[in-house]
Amino acid sequence: MAIYTKEEARRILEKALSFSTADACAISLGGSDSGNIRYARNTVSTSGYRSNQNLAVTSSFGKQSGSATIDEFDDASLEKVVKRAEELAKLSPENPEFMAPLGPQNYDEPKSFIESTANITPEFRAKVAGSSINPASEKDVTAAGFLNDSSGFRALLNSNGLFAYNKSTDVDFTVTMRTNDGTGSGWVSRDFNDVRKFDADEAAKVAIDKAIMSREARAIEPGKYTVILEPAASVDLLRNMSWAFNARTADEGRSFMSKDGGTKLGQKIVDERVNIWSDPLNPEVPTSTWNGEGMPLKKTSWIENGVVKNLAYDRYWAKEKGTDPVPYPSNFIMAGGDASLADLIKSTKRGILVTRLWYIRSVDPQTLLYTGLTRDGTFYIENGEIRYPVKNFRFNESPIIMLNNLEELGQQVRINGNLIPYMKVRDFTFTSLSDAV
Amino acid sequence: MERRKFVQLAGLGTGALMMPSLFLGNNIPVEALLDPGMDIAVKKRLADVALNTARSLGATYADARIGRYLNQYVSTREDKVQNVVNTESFGIGIRVITNGTWGFASTNDVTEDGIKKATDQAVAIAKANSIIQKDPVKLAPVEAYGEVSWKTPIKKDFKEVPVSEKVELLLKANAAAMDNGANFVNSNLFMVNEQKYFASTDGSYIDQDIHRIWPTFGVTAIDRAANKFKSRDALSAPMGMGYEYLDGLESEKLEGPAGLRLYRNSYDIVEDATLAAKQAKEMLNAKSVDPGKYDLVLEPNHLGLTIHESVGHPLELDRVLGYEANYAGTSFATLDKWKSGDFKYGSDIVNLIADKTQPGSLGAVGYDDEGVKTKHWDLVRNGVLKNYQAIRDQVHMIDQNESHGCCYAQSWNDVQFQRMPNVSLEPGKEKYSIHEMIKDVEKGIYIAGRGSYSIDQQRYNFQFGGTVYYEIKNGEIVGMLDDVAYQSNTQEFWNSCTKICDESDYRMFGSFFDGKGQPSQVSAVSHGSSTSRFNDVNVINTGRTV
Repeated sequence: MAIYTKEEARRILEKALSFSTADACAISLGGSDSGNIRYARNTVSTSGYRSNQNLAVTSSFGKQSGSATIDEFDDASLEKVVKRAEELAKLSPENPEFMAPLGPQNYDEPKSFIESTANITPEFRAKVAGSSINPASEKDVTAAGFLNDSSGFRALLNSNGLFAYNKSTDVDFTVTMRTNDGTGSGWVSRDFNDVRKFDADEAAKVAIDKAIMSREARAIEPGKYTVILEPAASVDLLRNMSWAFNARTADEGRSFMSKDGGTKLGQKIVDERVNIWSDPLNPEVPTSTWNGEGMPLKKTSWIENGVVKNLAYDRYWAKEKGTDPVPYPSNFIMAGGDASLADLIKSTKRGILVTRLWYIRSVDPQTLLYTGLTRDGTFYIENGEIRYPVKNFRFNESPIIMLNNLEELGQQVRINGNLIPYMKVRDFTFTSLSDAV
Repeated sequence: MERRKFVQLAGLGTGALMMPSLFLGNNIPVEALLDPGMDIAVKKRLADVALNTARSLGATYADARIGRYLNQYVSTREDKVQNVVNTESFGIGIRVITNGTWGFASTNDVTEDGIKKATDQAVAIAKANSIIQKDPVKLAPVEAYGEVSWKTPIKKDFKEVPVSEKVELLLKANAAAMDNGANFVNSNLFMVNEQKYFASTDGSYIDQDIHRIWPTFGVTAIDRAANKFKSRDALSAPMGMGYEYLDGLESEKLEGPAGLRLYRNSYDIVEDATLAAKQAKEMLNAKSVDPGKYDLVLEPNHLGLTIHESVGHPLELDRVLGYEANYAGTSFATLDKWKSGDFKYGSDIVNLIADKTQPGSLGAVGYDDEGVKTKHWDLVRNGVLKNYQAIRDQVHMIDQNESHGCCYAQSWNDVQFQRMPNVSLEPGKEKYSIHEMIKDVEKGIYIAGRGSYSIDQQRYNFQFGGTVYYEIKNGEIVGMLDDVAYQSNTQEFWNSCTKICDESDYRMFGSFFDGKGQPSQVSAVSHGSSTSRFNDVNVINTGRTV
């Protein structure tokens, strides 16, 4: 068991700090227990369990810093690791961008740890695998899936009096179902902090249904189509877009967010119905309430009514620019609407339903153009109904163009720790066809 | 996935607190890199503890890997040093077969007690999983090699080169870029030493010392008035070499088209950074490509990634069989195509070789991570699909009885599995230079260096970009191009290969971060080729207005 309580963590950190002779010292302690099961060809392939803990010391003399880590926490080991960080600091070149550790901060009480997830057993993991394998075998389908659960903690103490502690749990599940004739493939992804929200049978059914529905896909011409993007299809494009919200690269003139010698802060860049924020206390996607250097994470608006509301400033760049630091978000929440997926399909005259996008890579950082392919369930919609499965497409599209071509927003779904709505978008650019199933 | 995370970390110059998890080890002082580590006789005794414990618990096979992984990382931007990190990771991984089922466990407690406990755990996992095992493991036979060793043939050990010398070299390259018009430059140097000891119940005790190095940079030029920026990355390759790769030997330089300097087994980072700055500025005003069909002339440091994605991955047997279906995907190169004996993967001149022995390559080792002596073998010969990449527990599925020797684990605490060997294109047999090749092209594009890359989950449809693009008209380079990407289908593309330069043009591309498996593991791999011509490939224009 590698999960220390707040008091245990504080005691170890204080002991380590007592050995410090540097001008400044920051010590972090973290640990996690995680278990997984992997299956393919309708049988279990591998499974594993890993427990680890680590303490990292960063010591500074003036603008010279050094860091050292250790995984044993007796007094002698703690003293050794602090001395080692100090020796390294004295040998290292000066960092002109050095920032002294933060002083004490006020943090919100995190909601990211759920006991039931921390208590997952190997039997539970095997049962989840069975929930995929058994129904798949009955329907002439082959399951390949992966379940990973983890519980962990992080704590931080520094010589300026800051102390922070957080515990969290996660369970991540994906399964791919392929029809045994090789012509259909379906997929589903589920992730939660609280495993009690996870229904393995329901998830497996979604993937099996998609696999069967996607058999013998027809080829249709690539081009610009109205698309309904499931949240699993848009999340990676949106997360990639979020990396452009970096104030420094924008100020330096090497970002999509650069403009006329300045930045696009305060400018409308997408449809006015787009609202994106981060919130570590959202009960559906809770996260830690502080980041790696102890900055408090608060609810932060990034795009409001289509306008850029914030760019992320690290502490050094904020000081250079005479502004407050704004930490990178720990999750990503996009406002949705009331429409269900069925409603969005019903209101579509002609379009494509996309389950997910795959192998997404940057093509042009200037315009945030990305390429990738549809995968595991792509369907043609006509007059409000799914008519037939279609072959996968390669796309070349920018999330900025996508969010300017917004038609309608649907209900939100949790995906990879974010809340993203179903969305209908016009003129999404597909540039070629793929034979891949 | 791993690579992206890594690039974000490296690119943002993240604080030291985050580095240890990146390198899977504990930070250590630079002098500690020179510590010889555990004596080989002690390693043998401890490995025997694992093997004997496994046998006594009823295992029919066991192997133990005692690994010490040393890494050094130096990162700079413009005139600043951002980070110097040294890490060490040490432990043992034990794999067993019990009741026909694999079990694996690892520990950093490399003592008799720690090893016995981990072996117990590995056997217990195997027994638990054997209840739902449908296909008992069948291992191909392997020779008992006894006590043997292998070392990467390096000339300069990175651990013996002072950090100050490395920092000075990167800052000199940065200064050269800034002096030649760059607005920004980031440069990095990654060095890896894997000290691996392998023992198995099949009677081998193998000690290996493996070195890898990767110098790289990104240069950015900005036109504020036009609100444009362009980046040109290094034309180096990660190599299975020592620090001598950075000697910049004139004998290893090639004169490319359009004034390009290309590097074989020795890299001149200052010269490359100088040219990179000039080219990044030139890109700001390069002509946007007219989309359409072109004959592509692809330089090895570009073609390597295309080989990796469209040949290396689809011919991994675990993908073909469906073990990677939920993550990396499956493969179009199905068993029936291979069994037919006449599946035309490429044109008649296309010969693709899998290899774990080539000097200087990232994949080169004496023995793989399950104790099989390494070799090279044909994947595609005269354009026809001949074989896959498979390890001891897989080869029986393709009616073979000898492992290909391409099993690898990224660390002592990860289980070993089939990983891509070096996969390379054989050079053309007739004397033919890059300059002659360009003379023969009427309407084409010359592409050098790696760029954007994306391919579907069965490896049919791909899209690639590069580092620099030049337009070829009637046998001459007429200028730089921008917004270029080509889209094709794997079989169509390799069948459109009409010419391959001779071996004097042969060079290696490489990657430190090939990702596979769940939980994901990375592996380092090289891909050699000579500049090659592909006819009538579809080129799209990637320029957009937002």
